[in-house]
Amino acid sequence: MAEATNPPRGDVDEGKRDFIYLLGGAAGVVGVGIVAWPLIDSLNPSADVLALASIEVDVSPIEVGQAITVTWRGKPVFIRHRTVEEISEAEVVPMDVLRDPQTDEERRIKAEYLVMVGVCTHLGCIPSGQKVGEEKGEYGGWFCPCHGSHYDTSGRIRKGPAPTNLVVPPYEFIQDTVVQIG
Amino acid sequence: MSSTSSNGIGSGVIKWIDYRLPIFTMMNKELNEYPTPRNLTYMWNFGSLAGIALVIMIVTGILLAMQYTAHVDMAFDSVERIMRDVNYGWLIRYIHMNGASFFFIVVYIHIFRGLYYGSYKAPREILWALGVIILLLMMATAFMGYVLPWGQMSFWGATVITNLFSAIPWGIGDAIVAWLWGGFAVDNPTLVRFYALHYLLPFVIAAVAVLHMWALHRFGSNNPLGIDAKGPQDKISFHPYYTTKDLFGFGVFFIFFAAFIFYAPNYMGHPDNYIEANPLVTPPHIVPEWYFLPFYAILRAITFDISIPFTGIVLIDAKLGGVIAMFASIAVLFVLPWLDSSPVRSGRFRPYFKWFFWIFVIDCLVLGYIGAMPAESPYTEIGQVATAWYFLHFLVILPLLSRLERPMPLPASISEPVLGGGGMAAAPARSPEGASGVSTEQSPETMR
Repeated sequence: MAEATNPPRGDVDEGKRDFIYLLGGAAGVVGVGIVAWPLIDSLNPSADVLALASIEVDVSPIEVGQAITVTWRGKPVFIRHRTVEEISEAEVVPMDVLRDPQTDEERRIKAEYLVMVGVCTHLGCIPSGQKVGEEKGEYGGWFCPCHGSHYDTSGRIRKGPAPTNLVVPPYEFIQDTVVQIG
Repeated sequence: MSSTSSNGIGSGVIKWIDYRLPIFTMMNKELNEYPTPRNLTYMWNFGSLAGIALVIMIVTGILLAMQYTAHVDMAFDSVERIMRDVNYGWLIRYIHMNGASFFFIVVYIHIFRGLYYGSYKAPREILWALGVIILLLMMATAFMGYVLPWGQMSFWGATVITNLFSAIPWGIGDAIVAWLWGGFAVDNPTLVRFYALHYLLPFVIAAVAVLHMWALHRFGSNNPLGIDAKGPQDKISFHPYYTTKDLFGFGVFFIFFAAFIFYAPNYMGHPDNYIEANPLVTPPHIVPEWYFLPFYAILRAITFDISIPFTGIVLIDAKLGGVIAMFASIAVLFVLPWLDSSPVRSGRFRPYFKWFFWIFVIDCLVLGYIGAMPAESPYTEIGQVATAWYFLHFLVILPLLSRLERPMPLPASISEPVLGGGGMAAAPARSPEGASGVSTEQSPETMR
């Protein structure tokens, strides 16, 4: 028995019925959306994760020519105390040789401290050049060993496959030698 | 919105797929055209409500699992993190917590509806048994889920329930308990395996629920009259009549559900479970979640050893007796279709059964109340009487009733009372059912 006898439809006002379907359907979509959003949003960074989203770094112990790496939002941040030569080298580069043109002034707050996210903009490896004796690339900055991207002393891409300069995170000097990143 | 007929599903891509995998034909047959008794009351909403409850539990549960840490040192804090730090974590956890209670509310009503209308009777015995299996799986899942927040009630509930198995004599029980724990007490191995099983079992429930619906669609829903459909005039298509009715039921359900989630989220829980588990301190009053209370009362009702009279030889000590009684209280449901041999399904036409049914409902509520009370006089005695009645109802009253009771005459067809006598199509004339009320079985209404 795969049949049923439904009541006769009689005089059905199709217009009214369509209106009810649309109204019901729209209410259903809105309701599902309202319920779905909290479920989806629960996967976004939670309050405890966001609470760790900014860090403070005292840069005074970094000697001229040295660099340190700190962790910020699970990623390395390079802070290099640049020499006078490195700064002037970065400042004189003409814009037209750069793949991602940015002046050194645009990439720093204080000339001697360069702060950048230490993640190669190509495919996410960590460039070398932080420690003494590490490969710094042809432009004296950083060199990504994965696919051979060369960054200059301002962290700008000069050679290799990376499309853009190393990212400068949002930061500020909250004291003369204390940086707040994030 | 027009209903598609089974021999002309959709067009183009749909048709191409359907030819190779007739899923659209199947859905059309089982969810659209599916002939359903035209006289179903709101009591028949609780199956679909149980379904939506399972979906809600699985969805919220998966999201919680992404935030939870199954380790004795971190579980409690990870749940607090969900409540405080995770976006809408409080909402998802409260939905999941109260969802467990509402799942049981819905399922218990579903079960009592089946008990009253004889939905367990031929040819629906397997359908009923699958439902009892789902109930058992739900109980296991709920119990293990309650352990995960690693509060005091979690820990001591887990201790007490796993220790049930230690009642098995000859050292077997102790070996089983150590095996369940993966150690010598409820500890990290126990928590982690409970977490794994708590994630697994809902999908097993879903699979058994599919079998449950498969068995249901073999003969279709029972109905308040408990008689078989005599022809197409007794049925209406599932869509739009019961899809809309089920959706309306969802709406009502969500109102009650939301009221608890937003206004009394911890009403059905225990404050002690917001204290982190401490293996050295038992809370003064251990109570299971409300949905286990009747069974807990049965467990505690057996306070006496069962021995051979005048010899003092103990056959079953009180501890084992309680455990046996508790498991038997569920097991008896499996044989219910053969204990109640009355051919009349619906309690409406069974003048005495009707009363005993309501006494049984009250008995279950009493057991629930006793389960929440401390194990002392007079609660213990009331619990013993109620436990005795529980088993008397199934093992003595129902078999006797089905032999002694004289049912009222059954209506000739489903459409007759609905459509006021004649109906639209004349129902095949049936000789009035005999005094015994035996409804002549129709040939199985196969789906095909």
